[in-house]
Amino acid sequence: MKFLAALIAGVLFGSGLLISGMLDPANVLGFLDFFGQWRPQLALVMGGAIVVAAPAFMLIRRRGRNAFGETTELPDRRRIDAPLLLGATVFGLGWGLVGICPGPGIALLATRDARAFLFVGAMLAAMLLTYLLRERLVRHQPA
Amino acid sequence: MHIASVDIWRALAGGALIGAGSATLLLLNGRIAGVSGILGNLVRGVSGDQGWRIAFIAGLSLPAWFCGVHVTLLPRDWSLSIIAGLLVGIGTQLGSGCTSGHGVCGLANLSLRSLVATLTFMSAAAATVFVVRHGVGS
Repeated sequence: MKFLAALIAGVLFGSGLLISGMLDPANVLGFLDFFGQWRPQLALVMGGAIVVAAPAFMLIRRRGRNAFGETTELPDRRRIDAPLLLGATVFGLGWGLVGICPGPGIALLATRDARAFLFVGAMLAAMLLTYLLRERLVRHQPA
Repeated sequence: MHIASVDIWRALAGGALIGAGSATLLLLNGRIAGVSGILGNLVRGVSGDQGWRIAFIAGLSLPAWFCGVHVTLLPRDWSLSIIAGLLVGIGTQLGSGCTSGHGVCGLANLSLRSLVATLTFMSAAAATVFVVRHGVGS
């Protein structure tokens, strides 16, 4: 049941990526090109998504349970720390280089373009590596 | 600056669908639709409870496989795809989120932390595009 729910959620999300123009790197880079031929319409993608998702967050915050009656806690980390800022900066550098972020990256495998596979492969490897390195650093740090 | 009205409607409708997908995953599964978080947990092989992650990622790619995507990947250079992938992988794990996790779900959750992250990665991405397109030597 939850498998099916996640599949439907993914299909909705993926259809949105496809329709909105988020899968076209030229479009994304055009949106990020504030000082050139700026294409502002992708701001509406984020805006539209937030407006639709926000009531769900409010509902879950109030009820504290999902549709299956399980306790559901929303992320409540507040700290704005170095890893957050450094990580967001590094992510932005990569995003700005090719115009692909993780969701569109996965969907773009459908182009069967070797560059999409290289991007996703490198991304997944870096994700695992970052996790392993952080684990090691945290473990060796005095409490 | 050029905006066709069809682009505006596609952006809004697409955005609404992305929001609907995020809302569905939250309301039914009680999970956050942050793609980099879901992928990160998949590759590190967190024990148990991986089924929904695989289902979400599969669902995410289905429309593109089904309808076909006709876009041009940029740039031509293969090595840049690898470098960008590495940066995106490291950055999203260190910064705990990407465009979907911070930019959509975090902002919908009214998180200041996610707002700061979103402004940071947008600025860094815009700066990169500026250097590549308008920087010295281009």
